[in-house]
Amino acid sequence: MLEIKNLEVYYGVIAAVRGIDMQIDPHTIVTLIGSNGAGKTSTLNAIVNIVKKRGTVLFEGREISKHPTHRIIQEGISLVPEGRRVFINLTVDENLRMGAFNNDANFERLRNEMYELFPRLSGKKQQLAGTLSGGEQQMLAIARALMSEPKVLMLDEPSLGLAPKIVGEVFEIITELKKRITILLVEQNAFAALKIADKGYVLENGSIALEGPASELLGNDEVRKKYLGG
Amino acid sequence: MDFSTFLQQLINGASLGSMYALIAIGYTMVYGVLRLINFAHGDIMMVGAFLTLMGVTAGLPFPLAVLLGIIGTVIVGILTDKIAYKPLREAPKISLLITAIGISFFLENLFNVIFGGIPKAFPAPDYLTKVLHLGEIYLPVTVIIIPVVTVLILGGVLWVLYRTKYGMAIRALAFDIPTVKLMGVDADRIITIVFALGSALAAIGGVFYAISYPSIDPLMGVIVGLKAFAAAVLGGIGSVTGAVIGGFILGFTEIFVVALFPELGGYKDAFAFFFLILVLLFRPTGIMGEDLERSRF
Repeated sequence: MLEIKNLEVYYGVIAAVRGIDMQIDPHTIVTLIGSNGAGKTSTLNAIVNIVKKRGTVLFEGREISKHPTHRIIQEGISLVPEGRRVFINLTVDENLRMGAFNNDANFERLRNEMYELFPRLSGKKQQLAGTLSGGEQQMLAIARALMSEPKVLMLDEPSLGLAPKIVGEVFEIITELKKRITILLVEQNAFAALKIADKGYVLENGSIALEGPASELLGNDEVRKKYLGG
Repeated sequence: MDFSTFLQQLINGASLGSMYALIAIGYTMVYGVLRLINFAHGDIMMVGAFLTLMGVTAGLPFPLAVLLGIIGTVIVGILTDKIAYKPLREAPKISLLITAIGISFFLENLFNVIFGGIPKAFPAPDYLTKVLHLGEIYLPVTVIIIPVVTVLILGGVLWVLYRTKYGMAIRALAFDIPTVKLMGVDADRIITIVFALGSALAAIGGVFYAISYPSIDPLMGVIVGLKAFAAAVLGGIGSVTGAVIGGFILGFTEIFVVALFPELGGYKDAFAFFFLILVLLFRPTGIMGEDLERSRF
């Protein structure tokens, strides 16, 4: 579905990602875990060309490395960015409309689906997104990303700053989405991520330190010590 | 001042304020999306007046000349963005600002070379310059038409911003450019729309100016542009409604101060900048502005 080869991201002379390879198969949840500054966000931003990069990104076998961001999204990859980045000056409805910018025909149907998938949002359609709670904003960000009907959904730290109960709800929805689409999940909350993922990559200082089936990583001593708190 | 004089000055003020408002909208919208004070915007208005004059001189009917003038100005506005500003999207804002000043000088001197620096008469058709007698009030037709057309145009701009998909994208872009790209939107296309819209309004303002003060020259955009900028700041830069309010306040003030204190007539250009200084000192966010970090349109 999505294949990444020798991806490198530099900010000036500082390397954030040092030549990583990843393979994301259809209808799986793949998680990329690692500590702060390991290069997780840079990896996602590089895939959609928000930051400059070197290396190859293949989507359904086609090379998309050089495509501008808006085209990559149109081709079927969505990113829920770190910190949610909902349009706080737009209403909930308008945020969803922005997500369906190139999908006019299916807007009504998808919007209704989203309000079913995220009932917390359905009572606040005309409210400015800036007035929502953190959890609701996260749900709106996910719903907005789904409005373009992506084949691959990438989520950057969806649990960041949320209450444990809300994290549970969000992760349940992500698991639910796996039936329909492919998911690349970046998380600091390694335990929660590995529990719902099929496959995991551990990123350390911009390089892949470990990879394998999520269940194996959960049992790995090194991973337990470093990321799962013993 | 008796009532009929008051009414007459009120309409004059609305007419002048309309011109400032039309130009101020361009400043405020470009600032909203790019955080750029486009100092070439006043000169874009001059371009509108000159291109319309070219059409009239070539013998075209006035409405057609205005239409072609607007289209030409829109093309010039879009080109300034594509050639001068787009390569600097990731550059520090000060580089953009300096570039805008450069574009301003470039346009002024380009038109100076082409048309010469001597003010040119702007031949408005008789049906616009005709003076109406309404009781004791004497009003040129333009003075009535200008505010009416301006209000219609403003309604149109607000409709685009709040009722269309592209207007929504403009509002979103003002808040967060990278995230707009993540919606699959070509942000540069939206920015082009903003420059096109701003340039069209400036061209209309330029034509209004040329009809009201029936001569034009390549430097006509400097003072009017700066006053419109002051109006945009007064209203709250980034806010379209604010730009309109600021434009009208400036228009009314100029007309009424001169009407009430004719001895201050020579200082009328100073009021805009007096306002600008007051706003910057006491309420830098302007009338409609609340949050410098956020744009509200």
